[in-house]
Amino acid sequence: MTEVSADLARQFGLNDEEYARVLAILGRTPSLTELGIFSVMWSEHCSYKSSRVWLKQLPTAAPWVIHGPGENAGVVDIGEGLAAIFKMESHNHPSFIEPYQGAATGVGGILRDVFTMGARPVANLNALRFGSPENPVTRRVVDGVVRGIGGYGNCVGVPTVGGEINFHPAYDGNPLVNAMTVGIAPADRIFLSAAAGIGNPVVYVGSKTGRDGIHGATMASAEFGEDAEAKRPTVQVGDPFTEKLLIEACLELMATDAIVAIQDMGAAGLTSSSVEMAGKGGVGIALDLDAVPQRETAMSAYEMMLSESQERMLIVLRPGREAMARAIFEKWELDFAVIGHLTETGRITVRHRGAVEADIPLAPLADQAPLYHRPTEFTPPPPPLEPVADPIGLGPALLRLIAGPDLCSRAWVWDQYDATVGGQTVKRPGAADAAVVRIDGHRRALALTTDCTPRYCAADPRAGGAQAVAEAWRNLTAVGATPLAITDNMNFGNPEKPAIMGQFAAAIEGMAAACRALDFPVVSGNVSLYNETAGSPILPTPAIGGLGVLEDAADAVGLALAPELDLVLIGHTAGWLGQSLWLREIAGREDGPPPPVDLAAERSAGDFVRARILAGDIRACHDVSDGGLLVALAEMALAGNTGARLAAGPAIPPHAFWFGEDQGRYVAAVPDGEALLAAAAAAGVPALRLGRSGGAGLTLPDGLAISLVELRAAHERFFPDWMGSPGAEPDPGG
Amino acid sequence: MKVTVTVMLKDGVLDPQGKAIGHALAGLGFAGIGEVRAGKIIELDLAETDPARARAAAETMARKLLANTVIERFDIAVGGA
Amino acid sequence: MRAGIVVFPGINRERDMAIALERAAGHAPRMIWHRETDLAGLDLVVIPGGFSFGDYLRCGAMAAQSPVMAAVRAHAARGGYVLGVCNGFQILSEAGMLPGALLRNAGLRFLSRDCHLRVERADTAFTRRYQQGEVFRAPMAHGDGNYFADDATLDRLEGEGLVAFRYATPAGQVTQAANPNGSARAIAGLYSPNLRVLGLMPHPEDLVDPLLGGEDGKPLFASLAEAFAA
Repeated sequence: MTEVSADLARQFGLNDEEYARVLAILGRTPSLTELGIFSVMWSEHCSYKSSRVWLKQLPTAAPWVIHGPGENAGVVDIGEGLAAIFKMESHNHPSFIEPYQGAATGVGGILRDVFTMGARPVANLNALRFGSPENPVTRRVVDGVVRGIGGYGNCVGVPTVGGEINFHPAYDGNPLVNAMTVGIAPADRIFLSAAAGIGNPVVYVGSKTGRDGIHGATMASAEFGEDAEAKRPTVQVGDPFTEKLLIEACLELMATDAIVAIQDMGAAGLTSSSVEMAGKGGVGIALDLDAVPQRETAMSAYEMMLSESQERMLIVLRPGREAMARAIFEKWELDFAVIGHLTETGRITVRHRGAVEADIPLAPLADQAPLYHRPTEFTPPPPPLEPVADPIGLGPALLRLIAGPDLCSRAWVWDQYDATVGGQTVKRPGAADAAVVRIDGHRRALALTTDCTPRYCAADPRAGGAQAVAEAWRNLTAVGATPLAITDNMNFGNPEKPAIMGQFAAAIEGMAAACRALDFPVVSGNVSLYNETAGSPILPTPAIGGLGVLEDAADAVGLALAPELDLVLIGHTAGWLGQSLWLREIAGREDGPPPPVDLAAERSAGDFVRARILAGDIRACHDVSDGGLLVALAEMALAGNTGARLAAGPAIPPHAFWFGEDQGRYVAAVPDGEALLAAAAAAGVPALRLGRSGGAGLTLPDGLAISLVELRAAHERFFPDWMGSPGAEPDPGG
Repeated sequence: MKVTVTVMLKDGVLDPQGKAIGHALAGLGFAGIGEVRAGKIIELDLAETDPARARAAAETMARKLLANTVIERFDIAVGGA
Repeated sequence: MRAGIVVFPGINRERDMAIALERAAGHAPRMIWHRETDLAGLDLVVIPGGFSFGDYLRCGAMAAQSPVMAAVRAHAARGGYVLGVCNGFQILSEAGMLPGALLRNAGLRFLSRDCHLRVERADTAFTRRYQQGEVFRAPMAHGDGNYFADDATLDRLEGEGLVAFRYATPAGQVTQAANPNGSARAIAGLYSPNLRVLGLMPHPEDLVDPLLGGEDGKPLFASLAEAFAA
């Protein structure tokens, strides 16, 4: 029997002060199982001990918010008696150790967070950040992550409709895999996790428990050392087929009156689900581990409580519903076991082979969880950027930018994700600024996006946080949707370093300001800290998942250009080159402040654009973001296989006008440019005419013509060239 | 009784996975690799204790489910603990 | 048209198929759980796409052995119509109802994108609303769609006119570049000798609504509805 001591507690990630608190709560030395329970519940991953004080600043309410943060996922009212349920969650550390399974189980976990609330999942998105393409490890990680996302999502039959990919050397040892799932449920049939009803049975359903990923939650809370390779065996393996059965079985059970509360067994498995369900309900819970379906022999109580085997759920049933529930799960060939009941003790008691392995009061386990006001040191504002001369001219710069890893075509990636299953995908990846997915049996549609510009966040975390929220709002607006709410996935380095905590605090402040100005509350989220390898942190990456709604899917516009349309730029252009991709790729510099977000201007430009889209005036629309205006126009031209002739811009240097990354801007393609300019003037929104669509190439204001063929060749070559010959690693099924 | 069924694509059937593995190994600097083919091994733990009957049972399983004899061949090894 | 859709555990395009059939026939098809064996009264049995039983051993291998497949075989033997799409095609070939096999895509990756199919004959219950040689667009979404059969079988299929669709360019040319998964002789779909069993890899059922990108798949379902009208 392992001796529990302060030393062992430290190995479990509890510091001496935290361990002293455990001793005080129990009044004795904890058993190994109890130490395991405390260590995972008080890990950064489960307790949010470093981030909680800051997360409180985010606005979370709006008339359309049904459930904000605190449940398994956020819930918003989308009209017609329907609710959208969504969340984004990270699976960063597992995806570095084992890219395929790490990404696959990330998708599986976020799906469960959504269907556990009663929603049928209708769309997946993913926000991915990888290291430098020159780093040989990156290619293996990209290959595995993309296969893993596809392997899981394609098999469960939930379309993967959007997302984003960035590359930066800061992610070399710490890629980010942030997976988002969106589901639909009747607004009056939402299932929550608070347990209730003393004596009610606690039921385990899904896959059997093995020794998978034991201590995954604490691994996700500790900085990577050089020994990450040796941690390989603890990575969980996903089974999307079982997940698909679990979705169908849970939805079938949810159509009955059997369920009191339900939660998936995610990080820290049986421990976090049972502790959180009982804790939220203010009841006790007694578990009998002998009843837990087990895949391996001779598992200890510690191993069962800490296992992160996938595709498992914990359910509190109404009394007398066991037989009916069992029949449903047996029909779907899933395990079903009553493993305990609710008690009035306010404690979690765990029995195994006749012995009490854990007996912990739940209130102090939650209330006395550590909460840190960690010291913050704010990022100093970068000095202003002096004027930078244009070394190569507009055309060559455009060709180089759209060929680079951050702006090139993602078709190689999207082609591996099933985007159409479900038969409701109105705008597939790359067709519009946001994915558009119709709701089965309705005219209504959801618009979905993920956004963040980490290089902005690194230079100025507050401006970067605001920009991430604003860009999500803008992308939803650009398809004609009304933005409703966001989920956030805060990926940062080691919070014990004041500079990292300063990034976190400032990013939250910027996000909160943008959320308030745009009526765009945060309804769910996830924090991933300690994203560092050998002391080197990632760029601060507050990834935002945005959700909006269109009353009629037929109103959605894409970004594909059609011939004979006027091109109009909405929003103000100062020619902001600080932190732009042009500055990095063409001038070879990563400096200056990022573009500021004027939230009032953002709102008025967006509200104007959305109104014109819904009025039917705008045929194609694209926001201006990474790479600036000329890149946006090239993307529209390629998507529609239609060229354009561009007029000269205003009196600022042409490279600053065409490649500056000023915020709050859209390109609209309209039959009547004069009318749109007049409407913009009447609304007090800056607008100017850019040119007219048509032809087989882009004619730049300096007279240079670039054919679509040349543009496309440049745009599409990076991924196929880089990933080269097909990978040797098999992926299951198809 | 342990029975091991090895399933391989028939010789005439292109095996792109084997080809890719060979290509990757060459890329890692392993020289002198000829053809590479990838298959599956299926381990069965049978209650049957008679080797001949165990082999016959495994053969029926292989024909019916474990291998697709349009494209695959199989070998059966009986024995072990 | 009295149509039924067979649902195996892991099938995931049954709702897409139901939408397409309902749009064509005006009423919802019957959903058939894989343990059912009574297919009486059905004109058409559809095996839709997905990952039946996780596709863990080989795509479609375990579904091909399930009880409902004996009933599907009997339905076909009675002269009933069967449509298998994607995993459904894999299941039909594993069950021996269509010759050959579907191997891993030549590029070894799952491919989800639109492809173009050339209609090889327009005189069947599945294709009467298309023209012979017509090209239509359809989303494909599979990892194992690389059609394989030995040369003698391929020659026989071509000789008997049993190739239903081939991967082609939008202009109808069969080229290597237009054959995304490496299928033998660019075969995307096949008929049984009586032309009543059709298996194909791409998903016409996902392109029956202009809002979702087009109606290229609609004629296939309209053909069936017309064939079974009255």
